[in-house]
Amino acid sequence: MTTASSGRSGFTADKLFRLLTAAFAAFIAILFIVMLGVLWHESQPAIDKFGFSFLTSSDWNPVSNEYGALIAIIGTLLTTLVAMLVALPVSLGIALFLAEISPYWLRKPVGTAIELLAAIPSIVYGMWGLFVVVPIMADTVQPWLYDHFSFMPLFSTPPIGIGILTAGLVLALMIIPFIASITRDVFLMCPQNLKESAYGLGATNWEVVKDVMIPYGIKGIVGAIFLGLGRALGETMAVTFVIGNAYHLSWSLLAPGNSIASTLANEFTEADGKLYTSALIELGLVLFLITFIVLSLAEFWLHSTNKKRGA
Amino acid sequence: MLNSRTFRRQFINRFVLIISTLAALLGIVMLVWILGDVVLRGFGVINWDFFTELPVPPGETGGGLANAIVGTLVMTIAAALMAVPVGVMAGTYLSEFGKHNLFGRLVRSLSDILVSAPSIVVGVFVYLIMVKTMGHFSGWAGSVSLAILMLPVVIRTTEEMLRLVPGEMRESALALGAPYWNMMMNIVFRAAKNGMATGIMLAVARVAGETAPLLFTAMNSPYWMQSMNEPMANLTVTLFNYAMSPYNDWQELAWGAAFLITVSVLCVNIITRLILSSGRSKP
Repeated sequence: MTTASSGRSGFTADKLFRLLTAAFAAFIAILFIVMLGVLWHESQPAIDKFGFSFLTSSDWNPVSNEYGALIAIIGTLLTTLVAMLVALPVSLGIALFLAEISPYWLRKPVGTAIELLAAIPSIVYGMWGLFVVVPIMADTVQPWLYDHFSFMPLFSTPPIGIGILTAGLVLALMIIPFIASITRDVFLMCPQNLKESAYGLGATNWEVVKDVMIPYGIKGIVGAIFLGLGRALGETMAVTFVIGNAYHLSWSLLAPGNSIASTLANEFTEADGKLYTSALIELGLVLFLITFIVLSLAEFWLHSTNKKRGA
Repeated sequence: MLNSRTFRRQFINRFVLIISTLAALLGIVMLVWILGDVVLRGFGVINWDFFTELPVPPGETGGGLANAIVGTLVMTIAAALMAVPVGVMAGTYLSEFGKHNLFGRLVRSLSDILVSAPSIVVGVFVYLIMVKTMGHFSGWAGSVSLAILMLPVVIRTTEEMLRLVPGEMRESALALGAPYWNMMMNIVFRAAKNGMATGIMLAVARVAGETAPLLFTAMNSPYWMQSMNEPMANLTVTLFNYAMSPYNDWQELAWGAAFLITVSVLCVNIITRLILSSGRSKP
């Protein structure tokens, strides 16, 4: 009798426990929806006023109360592009070294060092970029680019140290450890017997990587790349220090610019007027949506490798 | 013919191996370079005053960042108190009940995405729901935005650590007639305790170095904190303001702050790694 009743009370307590944990799990989904809703609601004044031209206008002028996001969007995309172009080959190289080339005793320390790079807060990268990278860019790298390549629109403005190129490089440094460590994990998932069959046929290390490991882990590698992309798009502090905070449309990588995140960091607290604040919030919403799409793709690809590993 | 092909293959192979070794070397060099600069420029700034004195206006000698250090500690701890219970419960759902169902998969994916979501947008969100409605910047708003950033990391860490607990342990407890919640409390959480604690420490360390979400929530303050209901001094925003300022002594203090933050975060990372790897090597 007692056992039966305690069993039943255990059963209801179990139901309660399950419901309670589910409620907390639902909390993060609700939080996400509320975040989207609040940002959407608060950017209504700007959306009503500018409509779609918000995304295509390059006019960002608090004095005349005209706001267009184009310069910030282009700045975000350009810095991210520079960062990805630098970070991709380097991260794949590091992952390859850690998974295939390095002697065993070296794998742990080098892997740990790369992962520690990922743990350094982004503001330290930004500050280091401002005081260490910017002088090097201003005195050596950018003058050289300007002297030799100023006929190209990409390097057509005078070198001043800060700007899109510098921001992209600091950003690259920040995302390399993310892409490298995930790609290494993906490489390590590749079954030993697949690799050994290729080696047995006389393949070189590079051929094993190119024809076995990369095709086997391609989804995971794409996922890692998109994860790095998502991080780079939304990174604030590393970029804000060195991008230059300037609004003019230029194709030059040496020119100062602005990204969505750096615009928010520089202007949000100082924004007066409903329309100004609401335009900044709309910028935030745009950034949130772009990164959400990119990170969802990353999640999709990384998730499908996990499944493969399970099978 | 065959020789030249073999030669070419070997050449490409060597080339790729060398490039990739150089890439790894580059990673190490960058780590040493950044850490070297932070230590060289920051360590000299650290002294007793740095931890005990309030900031002074530029031009005056001395002064420290004591209020900012306290502010960062208080806000981070408050954030952990908010995020950890919610995160542990949600992680428990994912590991125990939501392994394969649609809701579980949705929450898992959403957490993974939010881990990398731009932290500055979280700052904007908390500004709108707290700072704007209350009418002033506050330490509470700062810790809520840190908590939102911490939450998805705690969820996923908890789930991973609970999954490491062998199914047999759960089954033996259930076979003895223990209700599920009782089994969780007395067996699974106990077994996963160390892993969860270290994972949560990592999440806390990660968030302690965040700047962007604090810019519009806690903002900053040159004074000691009186309550969490007002703008609150913190290390990262102070670092940002000081580093961007034109004054030499402020820039030096910023290097000191960078040193303190970097060393603390890296120490937590290294210690957790040591704990986790020593735990794993046991049979």
